[in-house]
Amino acid sequence: MTVGLAVTAFALATVVGAVGAVCRLSGRWSGAIVLGFTSVARGIPDLVLFLIFYFGGQRLVNQIGALLGWEYVALSQFWAGALAIGVLYGAYLVETFRGAFSSVPTGQGEAAMAIGLSRLQGLWTVILPQLVRAALPGYANVWHVLVKSTAVVSVIGLEDLVGLANDAGKSVREPFLFFGFALLVYLCVYLASNSAFGALERRVRIPGRAI
Amino acid sequence: MRFDLVLEHWAAFAGGVWMTLHLTLLAVVIGFAIALPVGLVRALRTRGHLLAEGYVTLFRGTPLLVQLYLVYFGLAQFDVVRESLFWPILREAWWCALITFSLNSGAYASEIVRGALETAPDGEAEGARALGLSERQVVWLVLMPSALRRALPQLGNEVVFMLQGSVVASVITLQDVLGAGRTFNARYYLAYEGLLTAAALYLALTALVVLCFRALERRYLSHLNLRPERAGLMAGALR
Repeated sequence: MTVGLAVTAFALATVVGAVGAVCRLSGRWSGAIVLGFTSVARGIPDLVLFLIFYFGGQRLVNQIGALLGWEYVALSQFWAGALAIGVLYGAYLVETFRGAFSSVPTGQGEAAMAIGLSRLQGLWTVILPQLVRAALPGYANVWHVLVKSTAVVSVIGLEDLVGLANDAGKSVREPFLFFGFALLVYLCVYLASNSAFGALERRVRIPGRAI
Repeated sequence: MRFDLVLEHWAAFAGGVWMTLHLTLLAVVIGFAIALPVGLVRALRTRGHLLAEGYVTLFRGTPLLVQLYLVYFGLAQFDVVRESLFWPILREAWWCALITFSLNSGAYASEIVRGALETAPDGEAEGARALGLSERQVVWLVLMPSALRRALPQLGNEVVFMLQGSVVASVITLQDVLGAGRTFNARYYLAYEGLLTAAALYLALTALVVLCFRALERRYLSHLNLRPERAGLMAGALR
């Protein structure tokens, strides 16, 4: 559950981050809107955002549903959590992607155009591979924080690792054992993804260059 | 939207702001006191640095909420703890939160201290040694002050993250900003108002911390002549 939530939310965050970064880099107005969104989102703690999405989101879904004449649609804890985490960490990824994009020299895009690639081809085959290289450390960092953030979703009643540990610990009156175990699992996820991202970074790095 | 009710209960929210602020600031200060020796040991790779690495990995690799649960619910499982001298302290949610937050913040801040010490130019220590300072003096009188100056922006980030991390205190019954918002919502059976008020308060507190650190940076980092940030008020890397 924890891993599923983290992966779903991370995919969502990547989409939000990519769209946001494109907006910030292109239009003036869309850039300003995205800047406002990222500033606000990063100033609000994750748990507050979950609760707003969970309780407020349910009301919003009900109101929309009533307007459109739907049956009652329940917003599950999983989706409330995934949406909230996705939006929140998407805001962080906007900056990561934007920074990575600015680190690719403009000459690269111009050169791609000069040898006759279309805009899309140039983006895909020239800019993107270099962008990935620059964005990967920041991307990995957001992933680590996001995984830890999913623990907080147990507060709105999701049966993730922490929720289960809480229930199990209470029923057999050995909370230390179960929370200790949950702690170890998170540590393993952290160490495993750390080495996975390390391997990925080594793979995309150009030998002999810092980035 | 019934924001008039929020205004009526401003005292509860003010109490929440006080709880969040003093808990965060105390945790950051104690965490910093932990981070100085831990970061130093890790940067110099002296005896005990493996222990320090273990402590930092443990606290950075796991969620703050689980750490808090482990201390608050977990420790009470053992009779030894319940019968010990520390029980009056470990029984209180406030102390559990403070201990956990301090240890957590210490782990993150030690990473900042280590990074700042490791990026110190070699000439700094060599110059200090050439002046005849002892190793201890080199570290505490020369390397540390300049490293901490350079670490100031990241330390500001750390305070912001501790502020945002402190919301989990509301889960163990403490009435911080979020706690006040949730109690308020529950009393009037509302969905948004208390939470939106809490969100706005956190936003304001975050902005306050950011502005304080900007002023500090202007004072202590002006010699580095940093260009002003252009990525907005809440800019800063995730920890």
